[in-house]
Amino acid sequence: MDEGKPVTSVRVAELAMAGIFLALGALVMWDSRRLGASWGDDGPQAGYFPFYVGLLIVASSAATIFKALNLGERGRAAFVQWGQLRMVLTVMAPTVVYVAMIANPWFSLGIYTSSAIFMAFFMWYLGKYRWTKIVPISLGVVVFFFLMFEVWFKVPLPKGPLEAMIGFT
Amino acid sequence: MHEIQSLMAGFAVAMSWFNLALMLAGVSLGVLIGVLPGLGGANGVAILLPLTFTMAQQPGGTTSAIILLSCIYWGALFGGAITSILFNIPGEPWSVATTFDGYPLAQKGRAGAALTAAFTSSFVGALVAVILITFVSPIIARFALRFGPPEFFSVYLLTFSAFVGMARGSPFKTITAMMTGFALAAVGIDTVTGQLRLTFGFESLLAGFDFLIAVIGLFGIGEILLTIEEGLEFKGTNAKLNMKVVIETWKELPRYWKTSLRASFVGCMMGIVPGGATPASFMSYGLAKKLSRDGEKFGTGVVEGVVAPETAAHAAGTSALLPMITLGVPGSPTAAVLLGGLLIWGLQPGPLLFTEKADFVWGLIASMYLGNIVGLIVVLTCVPLFASILRIPFAIIAPVILVICAIGAYTVHNSMFDVWLMVVFGILGYVFKKLDYPMAPLVLALVLGDRAEDSFRQAMLGSQGDMRIFFDNGLVGTITGAALLLLFSPLISRALAIVRGRGGRSG
Repeated sequence: MDEGKPVTSVRVAELAMAGIFLALGALVMWDSRRLGASWGDDGPQAGYFPFYVGLLIVASSAATIFKALNLGERGRAAFVQWGQLRMVLTVMAPTVVYVAMIANPWFSLGIYTSSAIFMAFFMWYLGKYRWTKIVPISLGVVVFFFLMFEVWFKVPLPKGPLEAMIGFT
Repeated sequence: MHEIQSLMAGFAVAMSWFNLALMLAGVSLGVLIGVLPGLGGANGVAILLPLTFTMAQQPGGTTSAIILLSCIYWGALFGGAITSILFNIPGEPWSVATTFDGYPLAQKGRAGAALTAAFTSSFVGALVAVILITFVSPIIARFALRFGPPEFFSVYLLTFSAFVGMARGSPFKTITAMMTGFALAAVGIDTVTGQLRLTFGFESLLAGFDFLIAVIGLFGIGEILLTIEEGLEFKGTNAKLNMKVVIETWKELPRYWKTSLRASFVGCMMGIVPGGATPASFMSYGLAKKLSRDGEKFGTGVVEGVVAPETAAHAAGTSALLPMITLGVPGSPTAAVLLGGLLIWGLQPGPLLFTEKADFVWGLIASMYLGNIVGLIVVLTCVPLFASILRIPFAIIAPVILVICAIGAYTVHNSMFDVWLMVVFGILGYVFKKLDYPMAPLVLALVLGDRAEDSFRQAMLGSQGDMRIFFDNGLVGTITGAALLLLFSPLISRALAIVRGRGGRSG
C-alpha cells in the first residue's frame, strides 16, 4: 500500500461528519417530540429546550454540508494518508485492547497489570526497545501509580488476580 | 479599601505551609502537563480533579483544592511557552504566536533570553489580570446579585454567542459543536420533570455524560492521535538558563513596557470573553508588530515578539477566571473544569460565592498572586529539567499518558463505561481537530447546559412563555442585545464589507 496515498478526501470526511451530526440532531428532535416539546400546563415540557438544540444541530450541519459540496480544490485534498492512518491505528488499536483488558464481561486483569502489558507492548512494537529496558520502565511506572493511588491518595482502582495475590482487592 | 482588607484575609488563608507546598506541587505538575503532548491545562486539571475529592471534605479543604488545581493551570500556562520556544511545538493553542519569534530566537542560540522573556511577561500579564480580578470582581459580583433567571440566561447567551462571533473557522461548525454539547448535557434524567431524556433505553446513559470524560478524551487522546500522525520525533534546541542570561534579559525587558501594557490590556479584555486567550495572543502579536519600531524584524527572532503574545495569553488565561467566580460562567475550557470542581465540592459558583464563601474566594485570589510568583521561580530554575522530559522518546511517554488518561477517566465516577466513553471522545477529538470543529464550545456547553436550560425554563415560567422577558428591562435587554450583536457579527461584518465594496465601485 502506498503510504502517501490519501485514504479519503477532505470533502468526503466533511460530508460524513456533517451527516452524522445531521442524524444526531434529527434523533434529538425526534426524542424531544416524544417527550413533548411544547408548552405544558406547568411550563415548558421536558423536550422543549432539547428540541431547539436538535433543530440547530440539523440546521448548522446542513449548512456545513452545503459548504462542503462547494469546497472546490480544497475539498480534494487528503483528509488522512494511509501512512498516517496506520500510525494512528497503531496507537488506537492497542488502546482499545488495553481498555478491554481492564474490564470486560468475562474477566478482568485490573488496571495495573493491563497498564504494564500495554506499556511493554508499546515500547517493544513502536520503540523497538530491548527487554532489559522495557521490563524495568513499565514495571516501575506501574508500581509508582500503584503507590500513588492505592497507598497515598487512597483512591481504589480496578484490580485483578495479580493484585489479589499480594493482598489488595 | 474593602478589597485590600479582604485580600489580606485571603493571604492569611493561602499562606499556610500546606497551601504553599500545594502551590509548588501544582505549579510543577502544571508545567509538566503543559510540556507533555496530549496533556494540557484543561485535561490535566480534569484528570487530577478526582484526587481532590477527599481533600475538599476537610475543613478549609476546598480552598486548598482550588489552590492546587488553579496552580496546575498557571503551571500549564507557563509550560506551553517552553515547548513553543525550544521545540517549535505549541503546547497550547495560545502559545502558537509565541513560536513566531521564540523558536527563531532559540535557533540563534538565544533560547535563554526567549524563555526568560516569555516567563517574565507571562508573569506580568497574569499580575495585571489578577489585580483586575481583585478590584473588579467584587463589583461585578455585587451587581450580579440583582440577576434573576432571565439575566443569567442572557449572560449564558452572551457567552455562547461570543464563541460564534469570535470563531476563526466556520460559525456553523461552532454552532454544531456547541449544540452537540447541549444535547449531550440533556442526556439523562430531566431535573424538573424527572423524565428520561435521550437515553433510548440504555441504563448506562441514565447518569448522563460527564464533561470531565469529554475533556480527557477530546483534549487528551485526540491530541496524542494527532501527535503520532505527524511523526514521532521531537527535535529541539538545548535549554541553558543561567542567572546571567536572566538578568541581562530582565535589563532589556523594561524597554518593551508599551508592548507589555498594550498586551495586558488586550489580554484582559479578551480573556473575560470565552475563548479569548488564543485570539488575544494573535491580536497582541499583530498589534506589537504594527506599532513597534522594530516591526519589520518580527518573525526573525526578536524578544519583543515573545513578550507581546505571552503577556496577552497569560493575562487572558487569568482573567478567564473572573466571569467564573463572579457569574459562574467560565471563560475557557480549563476555567470550565475548575467550575465543575466547585460544583462537585458542593460550592455554588456565582455572585453569592463572594458573600457566603468569602474566605474561599479571597483565598483563591490571593493564591493567584502567590501561585504566579512560585510559578515564575519554578520555571526559571527548572527549565532544563522540563526540557529533558520532552527528550523522553514518544514510545515511552505516549503509553504513560494514555494510562494516566484512562485512570483519570475511571476515577471520576469509578466507572469503566466512562473509560470507553473517553476512547470514543478521543476519536471524536481527532476528527474534530482534522476538520476544524472547535472543541471548547462543546465542553462549555456540556458544563453549562443544565444551568443554561434551568435559567431559561425559570425565565419562561416567570413570563408564561413570552420571549420578550429577555428584553424586559434595561439590564437584561442590554446583555441580550450584546449577545445577538456578537452572534451575528460575522454576518454583519460581511454585510458591511459588501456595502462598502459596492460603494467603492460606484464612487
